[in-house]
Amino acid sequence: MQYHELTISDAITQLSEKKISSVELTRAFLERIEVHDGTIGAFITVDKEMAMAQAEEADQQIAAGNMSALTGVPISLKDILCTKGMKTTCGSKILGDFVPEYDGTVVQKLKDAGAVIIGKTNLDEFAMGSSTENSSIKITANPWDFERVPGGSSGGSAASVAAQFCCGSLGTDTGGSIRQPASHCGVVGLKPTYGRVSRFGLVSYASSLDQAGPITKTVEDAAILMNVICGNDEKDSTSAKVDVPDFMTALSEFDKNSLKGMTAGIPKEYLSVEGIDPEVEKVFNEAKKVFEDLGVSIKEISLPHTEYVVAAYYIIAPCEASANLARFDGVKYGFRQSGTDDLIDMYKKTKSQGFGPEVQRRILIGTYSLSAGYYDAYYGRASQVRTLIMDDFSKAFEGCDFILSPVTPSPAFKIGENIDDPLTMYLTDIFTLSANMAAIPGISVPAGYSSNGLPIGIQMMANRFDEFSLLRAGYGLERTINLEKRFPEL
Amino acid sequence: MKISKDEVEKIAHLARLEIDEAEKEKMAGQLSNILQYIDKLEDADVDGVKPSSGAAFMNNVLRPDIPKESPGPDVTLANAPERDEDFYTVPRVVK
Repeated sequence: MQYHELTISDAITQLSEKKISSVELTRAFLERIEVHDGTIGAFITVDKEMAMAQAEEADQQIAAGNMSALTGVPISLKDILCTKGMKTTCGSKILGDFVPEYDGTVVQKLKDAGAVIIGKTNLDEFAMGSSTENSSIKITANPWDFERVPGGSSGGSAASVAAQFCCGSLGTDTGGSIRQPASHCGVVGLKPTYGRVSRFGLVSYASSLDQAGPITKTVEDAAILMNVICGNDEKDSTSAKVDVPDFMTALSEFDKNSLKGMTAGIPKEYLSVEGIDPEVEKVFNEAKKVFEDLGVSIKEISLPHTEYVVAAYYIIAPCEASANLARFDGVKYGFRQSGTDDLIDMYKKTKSQGFGPEVQRRILIGTYSLSAGYYDAYYGRASQVRTLIMDDFSKAFEGCDFILSPVTPSPAFKIGENIDDPLTMYLTDIFTLSANMAAIPGISVPAGYSSNGLPIGIQMMANRFDEFSLLRAGYGLERTINLEKRFPEL
Repeated sequence: MKISKDEVEKIAHLARLEIDEAEKEKMAGQLSNILQYIDKLEDADVDGVKPSSGAAFMNNVLRPDIPKESPGPDVTLANAPERDEDFYTVPRVVK
């Protein structure tokens, strides 16, 4: 097995048995990035020296017998997670040269566990988008087909895992931004329950929806990262004070009877969504069959407010964004447009030059919906609809352990195909937005391919703080389907 | 809801954005398109439904008030686009 093929779990085993060193592993990834990332464009920043220094430190720790959960394992980070001393751009010109003075909590936790930070990955600007085309830094290609998008907004993270530039990655998910690119790139993506993972040091887009989580080669690797990143944090008052289980126990002693007695719900409203690609439907039906064969009972459920999810989300998220992004005004950090007349002029020129079109669009929608006379009709009403969506899921989980659905209506589309039509792009988020609206966890697991060889993932969603069931079900699906070709040739 | 070019200008000012004259028409069209789709929220029956306020389901998250060391001005101002000693500087506010 070559270095780049190692999963997180493989790497931990081989490092702890001293069959490989972190320096060798990290160097192999850096060389692979050097050769292939010109084509893929997964990374915004790769700091070779810093990564090699971390690898050397890890090897010393291993030699001294101090192996932590991820000692010496190279991990990439979406460039919206603050890294001390390392540029954090959010894919935006406005933070183009921003170097944080602190690590976000998840970054700190990875470092404490001994991980090597191999680089910062590309994203839609401030995580707003579904294709990573909204990055103001670069375009990222899907490693399976360079003419197609990797999905978004964590497109660089998903591409970095699919292209095998690292053992695993952390992304963030506000409306599907971990699960959708994971599906498009043929990797595993888990959005934890809101509050499961601290948001401190995750640059805010929509604070009531944002959540960081793993993007990995396997379900087991997702469980390993979850064990490291979860937990209450006094620096994030919305992080939950709930116990964190050992997620690896969800996978232990798995056999064909492990899922017996579980119930999967299939929302009838999802099946009537217009424009589902027949190939996605085929993979979905195959996954359903796998669960049936594993003894999972499948039942139809109803999420009656599904038709309002996209509309409510595209009010709530932009409203929160317009408030959060007001801080980028050219005063305390980031880009400032010079040569302006006065303060207001400086604000306007800085923001207009610093933010790309999609960010400006969402700020405008948010500002409009929150402005005098429109608040009740838009934000107020959308917040009421959000309650109804939450209630739909609470009721659904009274009768099932997890909900099974596609991740996206179709496989990855071509670069440039939807860029001038924001609404069409928004509508493709139909299956992923609900988990953020309802604060529940969701996972995307690779389950098949289209006839032209594009990966297609399957989504499972569970009740709040029940990532355990998702990992169990996801592991069952992954092990049983046992896809032959998991990674593309570059 | 349809948004006119003038409204785009008004909202942009509230958001402290400046939209190019050439872009205003396009932006008005795109925003109208999105907001017309969002009008479907009018069909939802929300009578008596409590609006959600976030997703954390917690009240009054408290912690002991323990003083900690300040990072100091050099850390705080490290990313300032312009500074004068320990102050941020901005273009004049009062004419």
